[in-house]
Amino acid sequence: MVYLAICVLATVISGTLASSRAQLHFTIPKRLFTSVFEWFGELGMFCSRLFRAALVPPYEFGELLRQCDEIGSKSLPLIALAGAATGVVLSLETRDSLVRFGAKAFLPAVIVFSVIKESGPIITGLIISGRVGAGIGAQLGSMKVTEQVDAMEASAIDPYKFLVATRVLACILMLPLLTLAADFCGIFMGWITNTLAEPVSLRLFLENGFKNALFSDFIPPTLKTTVFGFIIGIISCFQGMRTRGGTEGVGYAATSSVVLSSRFVVLADVVLVRLILTVWG
Amino acid sequence: MSDAAIAIRDLHKAFGEQKVLNGVNLRVERGETVAVLGRSGGGKSVLLKLVIRLQRPDSGSVCIAGQEITKLNERQINEVRKKIGFLFQQAALYDSLTVEDNVAFPLKRHTKASGEQQKKRARELLAEVGMDRDVEKLPSEISGGMQKRVGLARALALDPEILLFDEPTAGLDPITAAEIGRLINDLKQKRHMSAIVVTHDVHGAKAYSDRMVLLHKGNIKAEGSFEELQSSKDEFVADFFGYGSRW
Repeated sequence: MVYLAICVLATVISGTLASSRAQLHFTIPKRLFTSVFEWFGELGMFCSRLFRAALVPPYEFGELLRQCDEIGSKSLPLIALAGAATGVVLSLETRDSLVRFGAKAFLPAVIVFSVIKESGPIITGLIISGRVGAGIGAQLGSMKVTEQVDAMEASAIDPYKFLVATRVLACILMLPLLTLAADFCGIFMGWITNTLAEPVSLRLFLENGFKNALFSDFIPPTLKTTVFGFIIGIISCFQGMRTRGGTEGVGYAATSSVVLSSRFVVLADVVLVRLILTVWG
Repeated sequence: MSDAAIAIRDLHKAFGEQKVLNGVNLRVERGETVAVLGRSGGGKSVLLKLVIRLQRPDSGSVCIAGQEITKLNERQINEVRKKIGFLFQQAALYDSLTVEDNVAFPLKRHTKASGEQQKKRARELLAEVGMDRDVEKLPSEISGGMQKRVGLARALALDPEILLFDEPTAGLDPITAAEIGRLINDLKQKRHMSAIVVTHDVHGAKAYSDRMVLLHKGNIKAEGSFEELQSSKDEFVADFFGYGSRW
């Protein structure tokens, strides 16, 4: 009888422990799941408020131009350097491989196609995620925690129109232009590197490179960076505007802006490449 | 009844489980300055933010010059906000703009004045608060008291009918705090504006307010003149004003 009672007690206790352990196991994913859904829900509301603010006049052209300068012109040196480095590396690495397979003549085409179709757009997207994403996240985050955003709203100025819409639009407009700069520097430095190994005129290099290139090889990959611009702008502004706490909150806003926008840029790139290949072959 | 500058009725606000305001009723007549006092974390700043709708109440109504603001759309609320000036606790100056540009910022957005006229007006406002010298400096280059003055000049930029002050003297030395108090009094005499001043400074509030209200546990616990409140039979009220006045 005592043995039976001990058995029942042991079963109840182990059952309780197992269920509490299982509960603990389910609590963490449940919390994560909820917070992810909350984040997307808040992002959706943020986007709807942004679109309303951006579409209704008056428009903030002065601030838009200032942001285009901040995001576009001031990122140009870094983008040019990254594009140039990509061109040099592509030329060095590819040349060796192509020589081995006796396909050296294809080097200009390989460099041109690699740069304009993928390297230029994705490098521009990731570099702008870092430079501009961190900047926007930290700036808006700092304005939020020091009540500057509230002060703007209290002065009857819509911060979504003045701070957010201008930054997002500037990102959308500047990304394709910066991509063109990265493409140009990449191809040019690809030619320089190639010429140092085996002299070839720029004209011949470009003729060989672009011989089989179509507009559909150039336009869609360049224009897809408008989507990258939208992602970088919206995520950085969103993370900045939902900042809470002091300096730690601002730091988190800056870091999460970079991390999340880079992640979404890479994801969008995969989806857009598939889409471009489906539509334009 | 409806033409009070500010009329707050049965205002409720909670953050999660924490009830901050629990049925607040407050009426501020035109030209009247009301000081709202209370313990830290008692919902005084939240009350101000609800008046200018930087936050939305859970229930209740806020009328500004007879207009119910809780259900207005963004365009409509911005029209109401132009009638209200707000001085933030930490001044909340735009840190990338100079002192002059901070004051000119609302003028640029809401008036058709030329750049020169905006500058002139900004300098006039800065002179009014005794800040006409350091107009080219950035907010980080001036003291806390000076930042409050600039914040006040910015709050006055659109000639508001109502001023809201969130702890105008917090963190300032007694002399600067007294100067800010005098400034509020001067503005009251000159402009005949209605104002709500949220503060801990009982003595300062006594100098510039027409009426004091004590916010406690999300509701108005007592209201009246300083002397009335100090001699209140309620132990908490008498303690608050007795203790506050000793400091």
